[in-house]
Amino acid sequence: MYSEKVMEHFMNPRNVGEIEDADGVGEVGNAKCGDIMKMYLKIDNGIIQDVKFKTFGCGSAIASSSMATELIKGKTIDEAMNITNKAVAEALDGLPPIKMHCSVLAEQAIKSALLDYSKKYNVHIEGLDDVDFSDDHHDHIEEE
Amino acid sequence: MSKYIYMDNAATTPVKEEVLEAMLPYFTEKYGNPSSVYSLGSESKVAVEKAREQVAKALGADKKEIFFTASGSESDNWAIKGIAYNRRNKGNHIITSKIEHHAVLNTCKYLEKQGFEVTYLNVDSDGVVDLEELKNSIKDTTILITIMFANNEIGTIQPIKEIGQIAKENDIVFHTDAVQAVGSVEIDVKDLNVDLLSLSAHKFHGPKGIGVLYVRQGVRLDNLIHGGGQERSKRAGTENVASIVGLGKAIELATGNLEEKNKKLSALRDSLIEKIESKIDYVKLNGHRTKRLPGNVNVSFQFIEGESLLLMLDMNKIAGSSGSACTSGALDPSHVLLAIGLDHETAHGSLRLSLSEFNTEEEIDFVVEKLVGIVDRLRQMSPLYEKIKGEK
Repeated sequence: MYSEKVMEHFMNPRNVGEIEDADGVGEVGNAKCGDIMKMYLKIDNGIIQDVKFKTFGCGSAIASSSMATELIKGKTIDEAMNITNKAVAEALDGLPPIKMHCSVLAEQAIKSALLDYSKKYNVHIEGLDDVDFSDDHHDHIEEE
Repeated sequence: MSKYIYMDNAATTPVKEEVLEAMLPYFTEKYGNPSSVYSLGSESKVAVEKAREQVAKALGADKKEIFFTASGSESDNWAIKGIAYNRRNKGNHIITSKIEHHAVLNTCKYLEKQGFEVTYLNVDSDGVVDLEELKNSIKDTTILITIMFANNEIGTIQPIKEIGQIAKENDIVFHTDAVQAVGSVEIDVKDLNVDLLSLSAHKFHGPKGIGVLYVRQGVRLDNLIHGGGQERSKRAGTENVASIVGLGKAIELATGNLEEKNKKLSALRDSLIEKIESKIDYVKLNGHRTKRLPGNVNVSFQFIEGESLLLMLDMNKIAGSSGSACTSGALDPSHVLLAIGLDHETAHGSLRLSLSEFNTEEEIDFVVEKLVGIVDRLRQMSPLYEKIKGEK
């Protein structure tokens, strides 16, 4: 069901943990849906110096978190803002359709952590004003 | 341990060698249609009737009361729709429970669209239906009670005899989905006051795609599959002879030394539960501690999600299942776990390990050892566990 890359990131997730003096922390998802992602950022000079995550969720949620941290580590805030859920899924060599919401969650986790940073340091980040972290990451299809 | 440890016997079981051997001739040499008059046909007919007797004996029924179907789901559909349509002039009310298999629940939901009224009984935190609530739900229009024998997820066994008695006193037909129970629990349909009973061969080391509906003599129900005169004109379609033979052999083997087998199996089950509970924190047993299927273990590990758990178990060559939404593609976790009062988070962290006579104590120890490591690893990754540790 999962690509080798998803399984590899699931079994050996990168950047698991917390950053105690993080500059931005974001948490998205909820236990009701079965996935919560928490992301910690250390930002210096507009560059993401360090990133850690903790995730409650399925294999693809953990793999998406891991991949998202890899994609933004060492990047500028603008570059991180441009990471889409599609980019996360593609970097994992694809996700099953019913698991695409995990990559949406990963994108939201990055933005949520950046929003926290922007509020904490009073920095305006382009594109964060109208971001919505509601629980619509699940594109649930009801069976007839 | 190099071989695969299979602990998902509630999902399906391997076909026993003796069962396969009994089936094989009916694919190639003895391929006749049981309805044909020549000897090749009657040979098949004899085989089907022998299997019917084996099933009847296992259930304490008469062979005229045994009808072969293509699955447990078909049996459930036939029983419920067949009674509903047959007794429509008597009433339109059906009573079932909230923890039934989807073969029953979705059939009931379909009938609701057709104008039937369905009461879905609650269960307590162990998953047992409340007999008082059942009695109070009965109306003049109640035509059918359908309550499962034992639950497929949490293993809880229902008070079937008492339910049968209540149905009998009120002149209501009683159907039980016994797909998980047959081959695991002693069943005598007469003693239990059961009118209709569904079973499926692949749950007790028989082949997939073959089931039975037991219909007590005198109970009338409409056909589900219309066509030729097979199964005494009650269920059309050329008999799946090889699978019927397999079902017969499998049920004979499964019910042969049930008491002795169950003693060993429930001891193994309790050992697994005891070891999990003593070695892992924040764990909850789901289902009734004693009134449960001899091979069923269902536990919730807090702060982690079931699918990740299953993937990591699979990496260690261990097969189990979970009631987490992520394993089914649905948004909500198992309806059974929610019905016994679990919150979503705890339901997402459920693990079912269903044992068979082929599992060993050595395997139990290996699985528990791996579980300790996997649960800890996933908790170290979980933001929910981090919060609990912070509060400690």
